[in-house]
Amino acid sequence: MANDVLVFIEVRGGQIKRPSLEALSEGSRTAKALGGKLIALAIGAGFSGQMGSIAAPGLEKILAADDEKVALYQPEIYAALLADAVRKTGCGIVFLSATAMGKDLGPRAAAKLEAGLAADCTHLDVEAGKLKAKRPVYSGKAIATVVFEGSPIFVSLRPNVFRMEEVPAGSAPVEKLEIPGDPAALRARTVSLEASEGAELDVSEASIVVSGGRAMKGPENFALIRDLAKALGGAMGASRAAVDAGWIDHQYQVGQTGKVVSPNLYVAIGISGAIQHLAGMSSSKVIVAINKDPEAPIFKLADYGIVGDLYEILPRLSEEVRKLKGQS
Amino acid sequence: MKIGVCIKQVPDTETKVKVAADGRSLDAAGVTFVISPYDEYALEEALRIKEKQTGEVVVFSVGDERTGTSLRTALAMGADRAVHLKDAAFEGSDAVGLSRILAAALKPEAFDLILMGKQAVGTDRGQIGPRVAELLGLPHVSVVTHLEVGEGSFRAHREIEGAHEIVEGATPALVTAQKGLNEPRYASLKGILAAKKKEMKVLGAADLGIDPATVGHAGARTRWEKLELPPARTAGKMLKDMEPAAAAHELVRLLREEAKVI
Ligand SMILES: Cc1cc2nc3c(=O)[nH]c(=O)nc-3n(C[C@H](O)[C@H](O)[C@H](O)COP(=O)(O)OP(=O)(O)OC[C@H]3O[C@@H](n4cnc5c(N)ncnc54)[C@H](O)[C@@H]3O)c2cc1C
Repeated sequence: MANDVLVFIEVRGGQIKRPSLEALSEGSRTAKALGGKLIALAIGAGFSGQMGSIAAPGLEKILAADDEKVALYQPEIYAALLADAVRKTGCGIVFLSATAMGKDLGPRAAAKLEAGLAADCTHLDVEAGKLKAKRPVYSGKAIATVVFEGSPIFVSLRPNVFRMEEVPAGSAPVEKLEIPGDPAALRARTVSLEASEGAELDVSEASIVVSGGRAMKGPENFALIRDLAKALGGAMGASRAAVDAGWIDHQYQVGQTGKVVSPNLYVAIGISGAIQHLAGMSSSKVIVAINKDPEAPIFKLADYGIVGDLYEILPRLSEEVRKLKGQS
Repeated sequence: MKIGVCIKQVPDTETKVKVAADGRSLDAAGVTFVISPYDEYALEEALRIKEKQTGEVVVFSVGDERTGTSLRTALAMGADRAVHLKDAAFEGSDAVGLSRILAAALKPEAFDLILMGKQAVGTDRGQIGPRVAELLGLPHVSVVTHLEVGEGSFRAHREIEGAHEIVEGATPALVTAQKGLNEPRYASLKGILAAKKKEMKVLGAADLGIDPATVGHAGARTRWEKLELPPARTAGKMLKDMEPAAAAHELVRLLREEAKVI
C-alpha cells in the first residue's frame, strides 16, 4: 500500500503530455524498486483513443476521467479526483510532472491529504525501502535531498530529466471515473485557454532551446534567434535583459524569474551568464555559448563555446544546421 | 476590499550558497535577506487594488526575528499593518506546516482576496498558495500575470506552457503572482517614516490555536537530509580565433558527432 505508486497523467487540448509519460516510466521503476503496484490517473477530454500510450512495465490499471466537463483544467475538480483516487487505491506515493498543471494540482491535492510534497525533483533514489528525492534549491545553486515522513507522499518531477522507456502500446484495464460536481458551479472556473502570441513551441517543453540576450539590441534581431531555433526544431528563449528591454515577451524568459528548462541542448547567444540566468538553464544536458567576450561567465559552464560576434556567426550557424538536416 | 498578502524573506538572488556545518542547511553568515521577488508582485498588486477601490492591505510572514525587517519594508511600500508569525515551534516547518500557520492567521481576518508569490525563491516549492487555499476552503489561481478585481468577482490570466488560461470567479479567492503582473514600487522615504508608526503584531502558536506538534520540525512531512553543491560544470571546448563560417561548421559537427544532440 504505502509502496504503491499513482502517477497523474496530464492531458492538454486532448493530448496526453510527454512529461507525464516520463513520470510514468519513473513511477514504474520506483514501484518495482519498492515492490509496489503502479496505477495511472488521467484527467481531461478526448484522450480515450490515446489510452494505449499510457503504458509502462507493471502498470496495473488506468483510472480515467475523459469528460468534456474537465476539458479545461479546473483545480478544484482535478484535486478532488486526485485525492479521491489516492484514498481509494491506498497508494502511498503520488507522482506528477512539474508542469504548470502539475505544480498547481500537486499541492492542492496534497493539502487535502495532509501530505508532504517534494517539488520539481531531478533525481529519485530508493534506499532501504524508502524514497529519497533530490531537487535543486536556491536557484540551482544547491541540491537538497528530501526525505519524507508519513504517507501518502507527493513528488513532482522536472520535465525532460527522467528517462522515458519506449514500451509497446499498453493494454492496462481502464476504470472510468465520474466527475464530482459541476464546473459551472465552481467559485473559480477556467473559462478558456488562449495560445500566447506567436504560439510557438514553449521553452519549457522543448528539447532544444536557443536564447538571445541583451546583445540582440532590439526586437528585430530576435528573428535570427527564431531562425536558428526553427532550423534546430527547438524553441526560442531569452534573458531577462532582453525581456525587460521590451524586445520579447516574458513567456520566453529563462531564469530565476522566468522559466526553468532542462533541454538536451541549450544555446546561449549574447548572454553573459548572470547567476539568475544560470538558475534557469544550468541543468541543461549540453550547453553552447556564443559571446564576443572570452571572459563571459557563461563560458565557464558551456560544453562548447564560440568566441565571436553573434551577427557574423548566427546566420552561418543556421545555414550549417539546415545543410546538415537537408543532407541527412 | 480587504486584502491579505503573504511574503517570505529569502536570501538575495546573488547569494553564493555555502552549506552550513550541519550539512543540510544554508550557512546564513554574510547572506543578505530580501522579500522574495514574486511576493513583491503580490504586494504591489494588493496596493494597486486598494488605491483604486479603497480598503486595507495586511501583510503576513512566518519567520524569525530577522523577518521583521521585510515586514517593515512591506509597510514602507504601503501596507497598512503587518502580522509577524514567530514562534520557536515554527522553526523547521515544511510546506505543510507553513501553510497551516498562514491559514490559521489569515482565517479570522476574512479577507476578500489573498495574494502571495507563485513561489519563494530559495526553496522554490511553489506549494503554499494552493495549500493555504485548500485549508481555507477558497478557490485559487496560481502563476497569475494579469488580474482584474471587481465587486465580489475577479478575472485572472494564468501562465501555462505556450498559452494562458483565463479564470473567472467570485471572491474571496487566493491568487499567486508571476512576473509580468506589475512593476513593484520602491519604498519612499515618506513611506519608510510612516512605516515606523504602523502596527506590527507578533503572533505565536498559542495565539493562533495551533498545536505545536503539527508545525515546525515536529509536524514536517518533508525534511532536507542533505544540502550539497551541484557537481561543478566545467568549461568545454572553445572555438576561438576562427573564421565565423569555420566556427559554425565545426560547432555543428561537434553537436552532431560528439555530443549527439542534433
Ligand atoms: C531578482 C532578479 C531576478 C532575475 N531573474 C532573471 C531571469 O530569470 N533570467 C535572466 O536571464 N536574468 C535574470 N536577472 C537578471 C540578471 O541578473 C542579468 O541582468 C541578465 O541575465 C543579463 O542578461 P544578458 O546576459 O542578456 O545581458 P548582459 O549581462 O548585458 O550580457 C550581454 C552579453 O552579450 C555579449 N555580447 C554583446 N554583443 C555581442 C555580439 N555582437 N556578439 C556576441 N556577444 C555579444 C556581451 O559580451 C555580454 O556577455 C534577474 C535579476 C534579479 C536581480
